[in-house]
Amino acid sequence: MTAPVASKIRVLIAKPGLDGHDRGAKVVARALRDGGCEVIYTGIRQTPEMIAEAALQEDVDVVGLSILSGAHLELFPRVVAELKKRKVDDVLLFCGGIIPEEDTKALEDLGFSAIFRPGTNTQDIVKFVNEHVKK
Amino acid sequence: MDDLVERFLGGERRALARILSRVENQTPEGRDYLRQLYPHTGKAQTIGVTGGAGSGKSTLTGALAAEYRRRGQTVGIIAVDPSSPFTQGAILGDRIRMQDLLFDPGVFVRSMASRGALGGLAPSLDDCVAVMDAFGFDVVIIETVGAGQDEVEIAGSALTTVLVNNPGTGDDIQALKAGIIEIADVLVVNKADHPGADVLVSQLQAVLSLAPAGSRRPKIVKTTAIKGEGLAEVADAVAEHRAWLESSGTLARQRSEDVRHQVLSIARAIVLERIRATTPEEDLMALVGRVVARELDPHTAAERLAAAVAR
Repeated sequence: MTAPVASKIRVLIAKPGLDGHDRGAKVVARALRDGGCEVIYTGIRQTPEMIAEAALQEDVDVVGLSILSGAHLELFPRVVAELKKRKVDDVLLFCGGIIPEEDTKALEDLGFSAIFRPGTNTQDIVKFVNEHVKK
Repeated sequence: MDDLVERFLGGERRALARILSRVENQTPEGRDYLRQLYPHTGKAQTIGVTGGAGSGKSTLTGALAAEYRRRGQTVGIIAVDPSSPFTQGAILGDRIRMQDLLFDPGVFVRSMASRGALGGLAPSLDDCVAVMDAFGFDVVIIETVGAGQDEVEIAGSALTTVLVNNPGTGDDIQALKAGIIEIADVLVVNKADHPGADVLVSQLQAVLSLAPAGSRRPKIVKTTAIKGEGLAEVADAVAEHRAWLESSGTLARQRSEDVRHQVLSIARAIVLERIRATTPEEDLMALVGRVVARELDPHTAAERLAAAVAR
């Protein structure tokens, strides 16, 4: 029998909502690529349904959401609900962007394991993903 | 039967996604799933879409899938993007061009990284195509990594190969060369709204007319995939090729050639793995050192490694 191909951590990086500022998402995608992950990048203006469906089809280990519009408390619960609806209940969730400190608790309660705000070192994100993925 | 296989055969998409991961990673579990599912394969029409980076493969793949949906057929898509040779990481971005298909329960898109495979494919590609086939998709489209002149391996993984060309990318000598153009069963001139499309079509026609008498000439189809133009003609050309495969008796031969190649390449991987498993790293490096010092040539060194397993 041939040896298994080394499995890779698969990460979906998605931008829910209507803001089109995807530089942060691209920087994070690139950092994770350089960290050895397989990153599925779905681009801007994704609905919660689109993100959850992509996570299901790609069988990702991690979903990272980037948002700068301020609609995170509106959109993130819907992403989580759509994931649950599809029984995608074992992915590691993190988010980043313009997210006020006072919303931290609400996002943690939703299941987000980390929030990366402006000024984050991308290596911290790579480290976080590597340490937290249930492989 | 395994619960996951049962759910898979019951049409559950999450089970399909999970099995694809196990099979892609070539885990013992994945092998077992493949063994169980293989009897359900062989029904799908498999189509390879290949061409240069930025030629419009993803957009064309998405638009072609939409065309098959209009024809009432279900579609599985496997889109391959390159892995980094340095970090083994990858950005898989083909889905971006296929967003319209996302909520169609008759379509399933899976991205794969090339993980060091050559030819624009991925190491477990054929196995993943088999899984999609077993799930019951009528059509499975494989989109390769951006290909250059020589990435012909896709022809062994799909029954019909669609080569995507663009206007303004070379003269008729390019079309005359050996290599990727020879494996095209359907030649698409995409971005046909750009200048030079008709010139490219006539150059391709002129080169095809030089083929030996009696050989099958691929159909040339102009598309503007981003506007959804020309896709019905592509699907028709694929169907026409499929009909020719059947009527000419080529289908059975091609299937057995493809499987022969597949079995041999798996056997090659097994032998290599045995060599790796039975040769201590120090022994391997000692042999490498002798080649570096020019005491041995690489072939002699390789023969010694192989001989150790043969015994």
